[in-house]
Amino acid sequence: MAGVGSKGFLDNLAKIYAIYTGGFIVFVIGLAIAEQMGLSNKMIGYTFMGLTIALYAFIGISSRTAKISEYYVAGRSVPPVFNGMATGSDWMSAASFIGMAGTIFGLGYDGLAYVMGWTGGYVLLAVFLGPYLRKFGQYTIPDFLGARFGGHAARTIGIIAAITASFTYLIAQVTGVGIIMSRFLGLDFATGVFVGLAGILVCSMLGGMKAVTWTQVAQYIILIIAYLIPPITMSQKVTGFPIPELTYGTVLQKIDAKEKAINLDQKEKDVRALWKADSDKIAADIKGLPGSLDAKKADLQGKIAALTPESPAGEKEKLEKAIAGLPKTPEEAKEKWEAAKKKADTQAKEIKPYLQPFARLDMKNMLALTFCLMVGTAGLPHILMRYYTTPSVQDARKSVGWSLFFIFLLYFTAPSVAAFARNEVLNSVIGLPIAQLPQWMANWGKVGLVSFKDINADGILQFYELTIGADAIVLAMPEIAGLPYTISGLVAAGGLAAALSTADGLLLTISNALSHDLYYKMINPKASINVRLAISRTLLVMVALISAYVATFKLTIIVELVAWAFSIAAASFFPALVMGIWDKRSNKWGCLAGMYIGFISCVSYMIASRFYGFDIWGIKTISSGLFGIPAGFIATYVVSRMTTPPSQELQDFVESVRIPRGAAKEHEEGMVTGH
Amino acid sequence: MAKELQGLDQQKLKDYWSYNIRLTTMTMVIWFVVTYVAIFFAPELDKIVIAGFPMGYYMGAQGSLIVFVILIFNYSNKMNKADKDYGVEEEEE
Repeated sequence: MAGVGSKGFLDNLAKIYAIYTGGFIVFVIGLAIAEQMGLSNKMIGYTFMGLTIALYAFIGISSRTAKISEYYVAGRSVPPVFNGMATGSDWMSAASFIGMAGTIFGLGYDGLAYVMGWTGGYVLLAVFLGPYLRKFGQYTIPDFLGARFGGHAARTIGIIAAITASFTYLIAQVTGVGIIMSRFLGLDFATGVFVGLAGILVCSMLGGMKAVTWTQVAQYIILIIAYLIPPITMSQKVTGFPIPELTYGTVLQKIDAKEKAINLDQKEKDVRALWKADSDKIAADIKGLPGSLDAKKADLQGKIAALTPESPAGEKEKLEKAIAGLPKTPEEAKEKWEAAKKKADTQAKEIKPYLQPFARLDMKNMLALTFCLMVGTAGLPHILMRYYTTPSVQDARKSVGWSLFFIFLLYFTAPSVAAFARNEVLNSVIGLPIAQLPQWMANWGKVGLVSFKDINADGILQFYELTIGADAIVLAMPEIAGLPYTISGLVAAGGLAAALSTADGLLLTISNALSHDLYYKMINPKASINVRLAISRTLLVMVALISAYVATFKLTIIVELVAWAFSIAAASFFPALVMGIWDKRSNKWGCLAGMYIGFISCVSYMIASRFYGFDIWGIKTISSGLFGIPAGFIATYVVSRMTTPPSQELQDFVESVRIPRGAAKEHEEGMVTGH
Repeated sequence: MAKELQGLDQQKLKDYWSYNIRLTTMTMVIWFVVTYVAIFFAPELDKIVIAGFPMGYYMGAQGSLIVFVILIFNYSNKMNKADKDYGVEEEEE
């Protein structure tokens, strides 16, 4: 067989990936048959994880390369459709695959800010950046800043911003890999992280961008098949027609009707009143600290003392366990009880209608969040970098369209997944006797994603007694739809593909910023190709190990930081890149001021609003870019006009970036653009 | 002067760029309407219900996304054609 990325491979892409897709489907069917014949769930999990990682490793190893342009930009040989698929899986992370439907499940209409934000950004990318970066035709995003604004200063800020945005994002992906591996293979989290990491490294280390690209295409195919099968089955089951995106309108109406009924139901009202009472009790305990903690302890000890030989067996052990389970210090008690109070408060609140706009996020925050996610999407270096890999500027334009098309397939399905899951919970699960709850609830209860408490002790599940974690929606969907365990394994493999493909892209962005921009362009421009590649590969392994190490701490702040990364990318990168292309008068000083002020104003708002309760117009922390983005643009514009115009050479450079003619084809070294 | 700019008609270059600006502006106006205006009027749009979908919800979940995809392909087709019309297309290898 011709090597991955070779001419024979490139000429037969459609055929090769069609055979691959067919083979994968046959494999899934075979596994489903084996399951009927008694293959255990654990074996199915191992087969899926083992086979897919082996497959990615195979592609990675057979795309090994010693050519700079293949390592950094896949030899600029990726046709638009395939670059679209690669961008799709590069873009769609564990959060999109596993978390998005769950977010919509919980937020209703307001959750659609993510659906629109993470797709609409591609329109900005298509018209403002993608084709121009391809025409520029170098290797990294800091490359562009360095060439356009001259000198090392702009490049340095570019390196810092690229690494800041990509590294937090990378840790979240590595964490996602660890969670999926540990849940489906029963490995412990740290082992899961390092096994997954090996999978990431064999892909990217030997073949760089070339290997990552062809692996990402393979990963896209797996993740989209895995995502679509459960809702298609569910749609057939519930509505009798297998296209979920068309049919879930009727399901939305059922959800709406049931929610109205729940809020009128007397038993549900009673449950809420019980949670309210619970919350008040906890509040009193918190207020009574540290005395209340001692009182609880004394009460339990009193009960032990009062035990008689006639008391039921095991009663003493139970009480002792309860004492051991009490918080050790008043500080710990405060933290624990506040969390419990928050949960009780959530359960005590009347649900707002799923379909009602602005019920959970007010209109201005919804507008602001959508805007920041869009601009952030267009400013993320690991995505922008993908448009260097197409054969021509015209292909780069088409490729943005294909990227969004492939992302669209998942994103316009996500709201239907959320609707089918919510309908199932509201109309099939609520009102069941606790003893007859479906098996999937028990399965996901074990890992803490589903929990309920029969607070009114009537033996029946009320809506306000149930809590479902956002991650459970996609993962439990196959079981809800009554599909065999093989499909659950497939969904896990899809989630793993989503996390690995994004991690690959991010890892490459970070190590390229260090090896290409920092080392080659700034420290040692005379370095030979072999030295550059060796440094790239070493850095790749080091960054991967550091990220895995950080991920094992399971810091809760990571999820939040990822959301921040969008605003940071939006406020620091986007204005500098857009102005660099669209405003000839923008110069080095403007760019530096814009990136610096955009970054600082964004991050200060984040810190002030997150930790000190500060806000402007009630805008939430996650939408801090709303202030940083315009600040970045205005600073670039104003400072550029206050300082000397860029040289004729740089102005010509801007002119040349604006037309496709003369775009770099595959080349080995140095600058091709004429300056 | 950059080598790809040599021998190009300056007027044509200007026309090409202003065509691009017009197309970009049009694209951004539609982009703005299907997201931000649609969010703003979501409560009003929701009064229209088709096949169970309140239209405000539909725009956020599917409508705007479909328009985004069409917008990008439309932009790329028109620009790829304009490259040839204004004589700034890439050379064949």
